[in-house]
Amino acid sequence: MGESIVITSGKGGVGKSTTSTNLGTALALTGKKVCLVDTDIGLRNLDVLMGLENRIIYDLIDVVEKTCRIEQALIKDKRCDHLYLLPAAQTKDKTSISSQQLRWLIAELKEKFDYVLIDCPAGIEMGFKNAVAGADQAIVVTTPENAAVRDADRVIGLLERERIHSPKLIINRLRTQMAKEGGMLDVDEVVSILAIDLLGVVPDDERVIRAGHTGEPIVWDSRCSAGKAYRNIARRIQGEMVPLLVLEKHQSMVSKMKKWFGFV
Amino acid sequence: MGKLKPSVTVKGTKDGLLFILDDSCPFSNILNELKQLFEYNRSSLWDGPKTRVLIKLGQRQITKEEEISLRQLFSLKKNLIIQGFESEGKHYLLKPAGIQVLAGTVRSGQVLTHEGDLLLLGDVNPGGCVQATGSIYVLGALRGLAHAGSSGDETALIAASTFKPTQLRIADVISRPPDEWEYTEVGMRFAYLVNNQIAVDQIQHLIQLRPDLEWKEKGKKFF
Repeated sequence: MGESIVITSGKGGVGKSTTSTNLGTALALTGKKVCLVDTDIGLRNLDVLMGLENRIIYDLIDVVEKTCRIEQALIKDKRCDHLYLLPAAQTKDKTSISSQQLRWLIAELKEKFDYVLIDCPAGIEMGFKNAVAGADQAIVVTTPENAAVRDADRVIGLLERERIHSPKLIINRLRTQMAKEGGMLDVDEVVSILAIDLLGVVPDDERVIRAGHTGEPIVWDSRCSAGKAYRNIARRIQGEMVPLLVLEKHQSMVSKMKKWFGFV
Repeated sequence: MGKLKPSVTVKGTKDGLLFILDDSCPFSNILNELKQLFEYNRSSLWDGPKTRVLIKLGQRQITKEEEISLRQLFSLKKNLIIQGFESEGKHYLLKPAGIQVLAGTVRSGQVLTHEGDLLLLGDVNPGGCVQATGSIYVLGALRGLAHAGSSGDETALIAASTFKPTQLRIADVISRPPDEWEYTEVGMRFAYLVNNQIAVDQIQHLIQLRPDLEWKEKGKKFF
């Protein structure tokens, strides 16, 4: 019996799908069997981020309407043997599925996989309620901006009402320098407002966008700190204690030289 | 006995009976007199057809317990059905004395409404709202909206350990930082209503505004 975790945020564009893809890959790399479920029906893009778009034959709606078996709709990842994707339907909308159907689907998937990651659509309407229905746990993704933190706060309140207690927090796209200058909230501020456990902090990196563009999750890049952050989060999900990454930028050559000469 | 003005007056109206309870004598006297009235005064009113009863309390407001004891007395006479209680110009029930303690975070989109004074152990986040007919004290961070004295009490206060609200309301006055009241540090503060404007001050200065809240009795030594 596996665990189902919904990845949600309220606000759009904070990196839910990127987080789902990377966490799924990172968990699968540790040898777990992982299934990613895209519940953003009508606006699917998890398959694009994973580079699996051209392999879709059946989708989530086909499964719940029993047009096909679950195994037929699952797509195996290109590189990872333990990672599967259940894509959303693109031609339907959020009303074509009920939370009961999704609850059944997630329960079925939990029998076969160690981790079922549910990628939640933005917003707090039907799509959100459906995505949350089958989940045992929740991960709330936010960026260190006021608007995203407000929405995350709202979502945490709604999760409490759906009886998903103690959701975990991921702060995505942090720019240490900007936070220091006050142009962005810093980690401590976000954590003190939302008052939930911090699962990890992912630094802002344009390589993440490039990786999404080519359909290869950033966790495969061993030198990228964002990828490393995702791998650490995957280890924390499995109960390991991993310290937070130190996100200080390496000092530039000039400032290092200034230090040698005692200017700073 | 006969010389005293009775503390309970019964009048007949076209809707039923009107019990007027004198508001100048102690409540226990009224209960006693009602009891005597029901037990010793063999009136046809007490066992006639079903009659509706309205109880007028004058200026008095009663507690829930007092209401219960009144209702118990009236339940002795099966034909008397209490229609309601009335105090002049006020709700007949007294606000529960003291302060209620609640715990938990008020998150964005959540609204906490409360009758009377409220002590909240937890944060109020931006987008969240706390509303009370009395004062609001937050042991935590107040970052959202607080509305004290929501039914018009202008003496209500708002205080918080970390005072950083998006908006404050006391009675029907609305205020928002930072253009209307300024302070440099974020710390234990309280807001009050003065000249129809909301002012914010350090918690240490509260005693100058509300000397009635002073815990030290005058003339006593406390060391």
